[in-house]
Amino acid sequence: MEQLKTIGRELAMGSQGGFGQSKEFLDLVKSIGESRSKAEEDRIVLSEIDILKRKLLEPDVPKRKMKEYIIRLVYIEMLGHDASFGYIHAVKMTHDDNLLLKRTGYLAVTLFLDEDHDLIILIVNTIQKDLRSDNYLVVCAALNAVCRLINEETIPAVLPQVVDLLNHGKEAVRKKAIMALHRFHRKSPSSVSHLVSNFRRKLCDSDPGVMGATLCPLFDLISEDVASYKDLVSSFVGILKQVTERKLPKSYDYHQMPAPFIQIKLLKIMALLSSGDKSASEMMYMVLGDLFRKCDSSTNIGNAILYECIRCISCIIPSPKLLEDAAEAISKFLKSDSHNLKYMGIDGLGRLIKISSDIAEQHQLAVIDCLEDPDDTLKRKTFELLYKMTKSSNVEVIVDRMIDYMISINDNHYKTEIASRCVELAEQFAPSNQWFIQIMNKVFEHAGDLVNIKVAHNLMRLIAEGFGEDDDDADNKLRLSAVESYLQIISEPKLPSLFLQVISWVLGEYGTADGKYSASYISGKLCDVADAYSSDETVKGYAVTALMKIYAFEIASWRKVDVLPECQSLIEELLASHSTDLQQRAYELQALLALDARAVESILPLDASCEDIEVDKDLSFLNGYIQQAIESGAQPYVSERERSGGMFETTDYHSQDHHEVTSHALRFEAYELPKPSVPSQASAALVPVPEPSYYSEPHQPISTSSSVSERESSEIKLRLDGVKQKWGRPSYQSSTSASSSTPPQAANGTSIRSDGGGVASSSSSKPRSSYESKKPEIDPEKQRLAASLFGGSSSSSRSDRKSSSGGHKPAKGTANKPATVPKENPIPVPDLLDFDEPTGTSDVAATDPFKELEGLMESSSQDGGGSTDVMGLYSTDASAPVKTTTSVDSLLSELSDSSRGTYHQSQTTKGPNSKEALEKDALVRQMGVNPTSQNPTLFKDLLG
Amino acid sequence: GTDDHSSDLFWESRINMIHFVLLVSRQGKVRLTKWYSPYTQKERSKVIRELSGVILNRGPKLCNFIEWRGYKVVYKRYASLYFCMCIDEADNELEVLEIIHHYVEILDRYFGSVCELDLIFNFHKAYYILDELLIAGELQESSKKTVARIISAQDQLVEAAKEEASSISNIIAQATK
Repeated sequence: MEQLKTIGRELAMGSQGGFGQSKEFLDLVKSIGESRSKAEEDRIVLSEIDILKRKLLEPDVPKRKMKEYIIRLVYIEMLGHDASFGYIHAVKMTHDDNLLLKRTGYLAVTLFLDEDHDLIILIVNTIQKDLRSDNYLVVCAALNAVCRLINEETIPAVLPQVVDLLNHGKEAVRKKAIMALHRFHRKSPSSVSHLVSNFRRKLCDSDPGVMGATLCPLFDLISEDVASYKDLVSSFVGILKQVTERKLPKSYDYHQMPAPFIQIKLLKIMALLSSGDKSASEMMYMVLGDLFRKCDSSTNIGNAILYECIRCISCIIPSPKLLEDAAEAISKFLKSDSHNLKYMGIDGLGRLIKISSDIAEQHQLAVIDCLEDPDDTLKRKTFELLYKMTKSSNVEVIVDRMIDYMISINDNHYKTEIASRCVELAEQFAPSNQWFIQIMNKVFEHAGDLVNIKVAHNLMRLIAEGFGEDDDDADNKLRLSAVESYLQIISEPKLPSLFLQVISWVLGEYGTADGKYSASYISGKLCDVADAYSSDETVKGYAVTALMKIYAFEIASWRKVDVLPECQSLIEELLASHSTDLQQRAYELQALLALDARAVESILPLDASCEDIEVDKDLSFLNGYIQQAIESGAQPYVSERERSGGMFETTDYHSQDHHEVTSHALRFEAYELPKPSVPSQASAALVPVPEPSYYSEPHQPISTSSSVSERESSEIKLRLDGVKQKWGRPSYQSSTSASSSTPPQAANGTSIRSDGGGVASSSSSKPRSSYESKKPEIDPEKQRLAASLFGGSSSSSRSDRKSSSGGHKPAKGTANKPATVPKENPIPVPDLLDFDEPTGTSDVAATDPFKELEGLMESSSQDGGGSTDVMGLYSTDASAPVKTTTSVDSLLSELSDSSRGTYHQSQTTKGPNSKEALEKDALVRQMGVNPTSQNPTLFKDLLG
Repeated sequence: GTDDHSSDLFWESRINMIHFVLLVSRQGKVRLTKWYSPYTQKERSKVIRELSGVILNRGPKLCNFIEWRGYKVVYKRYASLYFCMCIDEADNELEVLEIIHHYVEILDRYFGSVCELDLIFNFHKAYYILDELLIAGELQESSKKTVARIISAQDQLVEAAKEEASSISNIIAQATK
């Protein structure tokens, strides 16, 4: 009886209470809401978990109760706790015949489980059954679960039913079936490969929502295989045209924009289809041009479409007019006060710069503003842009800025990215060796643990090989400057391991080469390194090998070697090291010290890291020794194979073993030149010490000269060819002359504006001059920066460019525009539903799935070739489309305006906001939940 | 490193996808989470901690996007509640911002001037509505009217069930008097 009472109360509360939950649950939510720390919250949740564990075990839990427990499980899992003890109850609830319970069960399992969970197998059967249900809401709930829970193995179990549902009477079901198929395609393309034609067909579904959903899978399919979908270009263009002409029902409007999400999807698809395809691109010119004219740039959604247009134009082969439109949209973005739009503008610049490189110059000051903005998001986007527009004339400014920023941030993910970009730019555009080494030092010093090990190897190789020219003098200078910089840095605390490896190696090879530094000075420094980083065995290994080289060079030049006491103790320590590698190095060093000059010289010749080592694999130099031994009665050597001859298995085994061993042991064959795709050989070997054999083909790559501007490859590799051309060329000097000539020009601010010349405004054009007039006072510092970022390498070349771009512009803007665009226009833009006119590809039309729709279309569309009326197809009652739309329209305007209230009539009756909040408050209090006064915002309208 | 690069490539093929939706209050309390890409419970907690740390501390005039672990998170504050969606680097941020707004407008219509409290106590309804808007991380429906229609069809079932329940409760109340 008592139980019945509780149930009665519970049920009554459920029917009365606005929130439909029990007091217990409301108390839980309330206490969590009032908890003051994460620890307190965790305590509350843990006790709730205990309660739920107990309650779920009770026999005969009423279903309604169970439903609430499951919602409570969802709640605790949402708060980051493990609710897996109750998953099985959620699974059971999906089996229930009552849709309410079933729906709760499905909601919970889609939140709890992922597709690889063991419990899925218990749901598949239910899903199968529910997909066949008469009630479309059941089918929808099951399809939601399908999209989340069905994995590659279970796809076949539901696939036939999902395919059947593509033709379901309810559009909601068709739409979800499409999304489910789409998901199958992502999970396992082969499982649905025979069904992709369904996506094409569904593009013509009578419901715009289904058509819109179909764009998702089509986007995927097209991005995988553009060629097979070229025939759809005209259809997509036609759909987009009709959407922009407001042929879809008004309910798809969003902030007065016709179906913007569908427009954006279409633009993405068209960008894929027309990428690098002139004729496909031309089909889009008109609709894109229309979009630029029609889009309302005062709303965010309008700008979202404009941005998508810019992206589209950066992918296709655009007309000059479209480029102009895009540039104009970008300049509007950049001039906006909204950070979001500035960000999009910078992004757009980065895309368009590939097509017309001069576009960034118009916006140089805006770009610099963004670069100096306190918003990290905007700053990083701007760095990305600068990275894309780096050339030899501005590399120093850009990389310096990047490094400053890299030093200032803690976010390792981005630090890694920007460090590798610095390296890439430095390798491609370095104006001088000293600068290059300086930059690399900074990168290693501040992000050494984050950069790829190949970068270190490349740097060592560069220092060792020089620049490919037979200019020993320059090479030696480079090495000396490297040594000097390392000796300065080496005493800094906590240097990254990788950097220390580079330092040790360079000091070992070249520390004493110039004669400037004594062997004891360098070896002292190396001992300091080994001492300070005693836990880093790799660094110690590098240091010991470097010591060995220093001593070897001393011995080879017949100088007396004084091993410093600290070196001596280091060697002794390492002789007993746990690391066999360090031990071996120490023993080798010890042995070397006892050898005479001639022997040492052949072991470790001076500056021979680039020399080939010829390895006599047969050990023929021992022949005499062997002969002697055999003659004096020794047994001749029997090779491994001969020894185990006859036993096949073991032979195989052995030879395999043998193979294994050699691959791990020291490798004697020449290394290949480092390639980015191949994992670094040095790191694969046990000890990544660049032994002299490391570079076997030192001077080979230079013969192939690749262009410097080719920057697509993002892989980290040293482009010696480019570097070689770059360095020693006058570009470096001319850029310094430019920067030295900048200050006087920037100083007399008046003349800059009056003559329209000056540094910052050298290539003046309309958009930028308006920007300048808006901001008459420009920090000369900024102008200098602008000049160094955007200006050419010298003033003369800049004026050259100015005149050339000046000559180019009018041609683009006025002369070409009327001449070319109309010529391209006459290509008829076919309608989506205008299938009677084969557009160029008549053979495709025969198999075109759209043909199937012809019968359907007859009633509403005329095949006059003009614009077909899609409205008749989409609107539910074609006779009075205007009437149905008015109500929707008013709803929309209310949402965007703040004048709500009127449309609430149609909703469940709700009063004005303040009253409503009071009511809610009262209700909550009634329920025993006292909202804390400290947090009145809980009652604040989100859209208020 | 190279690993990051390959994982970026992995997502490249899944362009236009929302990886997760997150609703966090000004105080850092989680109001709703929906994960469309696989994350373990541990990763989820870490993501929430990390992101709310960054987003809640951002100034009001800044971009509504942050770059985060090679992805982008688009967020918008409504009253004291932050709506966040994680998307791919190459996605259209402005569009996602509007998808968030679209969701808020639908919630507003459903609850009638939605406030945070509505979502606290009716978070499961917020989930149902989200499920009609996004499926597998894709926007499945862009018409508010269509979403409203199916949600109200579902609610009518709920109402019917409630009436049934209250009549039963009356009977029980009578019986236990």
